[in-house]
Amino acid sequence: MGFWRQARAVARKELIAEIRTGEVLLITAPFGAVVLLLIPLAIGTDRPLLTRIGPGMYWVVVLVFGIMVALRQSAIDGPPQRDLMGLLGLDPAARFVGQAGATFLLLLLFEAILAPVAGALYDPQLSGWAWPALLALLPMFAFGLALLGTLAGWLTVSLTTGRSLVPLMVTPLSVPLLLSATQALEGLRLQASITGWIVLLLTLDLTLALVCVLSARSLEEAAR
Amino acid sequence: MTRPQPVIELHGLGLHIGDTPILRNLNLTVEAGEVIGIHGGNGSGKTTLLRVAATLLGPTEGSGTVLGADLFGDGRFTVRSQIEMIGHAPALYPQLTLEENTAFVATVTGRSQNRVGEALDKVGLGGARHRRVDQCSHGMQRRAEFARVLLTGPDLLLLDEAHAGLDPEAADLVSVITNLTTTRGGAVILVTHDAARAAAIVDRAYETEAGHLRDLGEDR
Repeated sequence: MGFWRQARAVARKELIAEIRTGEVLLITAPFGAVVLLLIPLAIGTDRPLLTRIGPGMYWVVVLVFGIMVALRQSAIDGPPQRDLMGLLGLDPAARFVGQAGATFLLLLLFEAILAPVAGALYDPQLSGWAWPALLALLPMFAFGLALLGTLAGWLTVSLTTGRSLVPLMVTPLSVPLLLSATQALEGLRLQASITGWIVLLLTLDLTLALVCVLSARSLEEAAR
Repeated sequence: MTRPQPVIELHGLGLHIGDTPILRNLNLTVEAGEVIGIHGGNGSGKTTLLRVAATLLGPTEGSGTVLGADLFGDGRFTVRSQIEMIGHAPALYPQLTLEENTAFVATVTGRSQNRVGEALDKVGLGGARHRRVDQCSHGMQRRAEFARVLLTGPDLLLLDEAHAGLDPEAADLVSVITNLTTTRGGAVILVTHDAARAAAIVDRAYETEAGHLRDLGEDR
């Protein structure tokens, strides 16, 4: 019970900070939308080509800008705040879950803002059951990316080059996430089975969650 | 009759960061109800010693216990919640209000939210509770940290330059939280450059110099 109370308090605190600064909604999300717009401008209005590359472009933009969201999260807690949370007896795993939970919600919002933009620009030609399936894909990708970003933030927090190392760490690790999400969306477009990709995505999410929660204490101590 | 265990007991404690010795062969015993003053020049190891006492930094040599927990053992994670440290930089979230910061502490530590307003009132922040931390002066931020101490009631209170930049009324709060901790059977370590001000509060005084700790009582 204490674990979830602590995790909720951390997530709430992170979300309040985000609402007050508005970094994700007012800066990162519009910037992501502009990037989605720039791609058709750069390659021209070849509709079949845009439809084919659309799913990949969407997830790449979510991934790259999602890392920026995770970066922002890792910057909220400076050394005094990290010491405080240790001295409050806050369970490191609860702190991790709270931070990753807040990042997850922000990423989900970010995905929801970009999805209609990508839909309008790339015409993914999804129909029928593909839309509800896409709604299930969004949280699965956001969940994995939130865990990866938070993990990378914790790993690099004590390094002077920490923030710049996060993209370098997250990008290669997120390749399986990107691959499964892209292939699943492509499968939806072609009305093919996506069960395998969904299972892979879920397995990645659950494995990451387990690794992160189990290593939270060691990560926190190593960062002091 | 068994003697109560000291709050802090350090023997031959040392800490190296890389090849640089930060603390050397340090011996210190702090009993329950005591207030210890430590002063010394910049870089002499005062803050590092506080972080070791807070169990946030592990020593590299020697032995020691804090609130009965071995500094090298897993028990240190458990006693941490009985320790409060007020450092140079405020441990507050700038985008949150004073009340939200204190309420966060209450939630995480499982204390009643009703005590949040009471704690802020006691440190004179009742009227500013809805103000964001990044809109508060240094003195107000320090008061908010004192409110946190009132809320949590630690067994070990570690104060690093707690008087710095405070008006006389706020500076008196240092004595309030110090007394509160010692009367409950806890102990306080007060690190300061201002030895004269600390003299009125402390029971014993030490000086740090190049990582060594010297008992000033021996010179008296």
